Amino acid sequence: MSTTLTVSNLTKKFGHLTAVNSLSFSIKKGNVYGILGPNGSGKSTTLGMILNVVNPTSGSFSWFDGAQNTHQALKHVGAIIERPNFYPYMTAAQNLRLVCRIKEVPQSKIEEKLELVDLLERKNDKFKNYSLGMKQRLAIASALLNDPEILILDEPTNGLDPQGIAQVRGIIKKIAAQGTTILLASHLLDEVEKVCSHVLVLQKGKRIYFGKVTALTADHGYFEINATDLKALQKVLQYRRDIEKIEVQKKYILAYPNKSISATELSKSLSEQGIIITHFTQKHKSLEEQFLSLTKNQQP
Amino acid sequence: MKRLFLIEFDKLRTNRSSRILIGAYFILLTSIALIAAIEFDIGSIKFHLAEQGIFNFPYIWHFNGFIGAWFKIFLAVVIVSMTANEYSNKTIKQNLIDGLSKREFLHSKWIMISAFSGISTLFIFVVSLILGLMYSNYTELGIIFSDLEYLLAYFLKLVAFFAFCLFLGTAIKRSAFALGFLGVWQMFEGICYGLLKWKSPSWIDADQMFRLFPLNAMSNLIPEPFTRLSAVRTLAEQVGEVMQINSAVRFWDIVIVVLWSYIFYFLTYRLLKRRDL
Repeated sequence: MSTTLTVSNLTKKFGHLTAVNSLSFSIKKGNVYGILGPNGSGKSTTLGMILNVVNPTSGSFSWFDGAQNTHQALKHVGAIIERPNFYPYMTAAQNLRLVCRIKEVPQSKIEEKLELVDLLERKNDKFKNYSLGMKQRLAIASALLNDPEILILDEPTNGLDPQGIAQVRGIIKKIAAQGTTILLASHLLDEVEKVCSHVLVLQKGKRIYFGKVTALTADHGYFEINATDLKALQKVLQYRRDIEKIEVQKKYILAYPNKSISATELSKSLSEQGIIITHFTQKHKSLEEQFLSLTKNQQP
Repeated sequence: MKRLFLIEFDKLRTNRSSRILIGAYFILLTSIALIAAIEFDIGSIKFHLAEQGIFNFPYIWHFNGFIGAWFKIFLAVVIVSMTANEYSNKTIKQNLIDGLSKREFLHSKWIMISAFSGISTLFIFVVSLILGLMYSNYTELGIIFSDLEYLLAYFLKLVAFFAFCLFLGTAIKRSAFALGFLGVWQMFEGICYGLLKWKSPSWIDADQMFRLFPLNAMSNLIPEPFTRLSAVRTLAEQVGEVMQINSAVRFWDIVIVVLWSYIFYFLTYRLLKRRDL
């Protein structure tokens, strides 16, 4: 798989504040990456640097294995950052034509992309008369004009109403389904969990996790069990070697296995030992819980 | 080059205030021709400005170059506001993200500057040529096309002035403040000249030093043409005044102005390169 972006030891200091601290990661073609992190963790600064608008203090990055310099490479990238930036006095079509000129792509795609984001009917309206949702959709159309090899989105649903969020999310899913590499910065964890295959977790400019989402969420999960005789259940579970610890709650017992056991296996063996199960669920920690525990561990 | 021109042209063409200002500018440039219509009778004295020799070749190149440069402030407003707007609308950020390099961005603005200056020069050339052919006492080819260095000076003067405006627009990022600063700078140069005259040690020639200041250098490029006018000179001689006339385009003024243009280009680039967006 070819590398779309390599970032090595990228650092950005604003005065005495280190916004991004020696960050390294690489992005492979075809995957969908999420960048997670609380506000002020350096997500936007990182994106700003790889998009040529923020000067790195030190470190480096290279697009497409360094075959092109940054601004040439950016012609093959589609990016939507924070707030859509267009010329307010131009119409949607005029704005997109300017983007075509900058990216050196034919203007024939304009109508097609406006259609995709459902703005074709409003193409001759001035940008300043658009609602925020429409502006964000125009930004997506603009980012897709060159059929980019990688799409970079920074908080694409920020500030949108629920309908707008659903629309934008739908478009992202459609694009991801086409096999486009995506880099999505967001603090909406369920968004990242739903769309992304890989995740980069940042805190205070430092990388605290980079890898597959499944690897982050898949510890062995845990079981939520209830039985007619809770005491007996507890006893049986305590003697099992494959259960690392149990947690007794009001209604359930939570059992954390130390290796991966299937639900069938466990429930079968429990009933063989005479336990009558009334409730049995296998659960995984959500990305949100993982994220919170990750960032908590890093606190000094 | 063509790409950068089209990018900048699109930005200008779709902006209504720019269109209006540019239109007004060219109408005003043409209005130089209206001077020809100035005519008044005082009793027995009939005065027709066009017949006082202001439209004689080659003097007309000097006269129109000087007058035409007054209107450059219209285009300066366009340049400053188009540049400042790139910051306030954050479109410069979007341009860079879309794959324009910082140098390309600067060059697209410089193409606008050069185009404005070039078209203005061409415009002055055509207007002067027509007026001259209509009113000039001399119409020999050799005379018509002499002293064209005034047009070169006009072109360079505009380029340098617009380069200054582009730099201010980029540095200050607010069009009103940038234009205000231009006025303040003009005053600053005046105050410096006063101080130089007053306080500088004798080995410094205040006038020579003052030639190095950007706005003054631009204005030195085309000296005022009025004292050169025969009518004015006759009048002066009648009151017994001997006029020292320096009305030629001087080589060193050209060098200074070209240097300033380059300095503004360089400073603007450095600013763009260093600034985080």
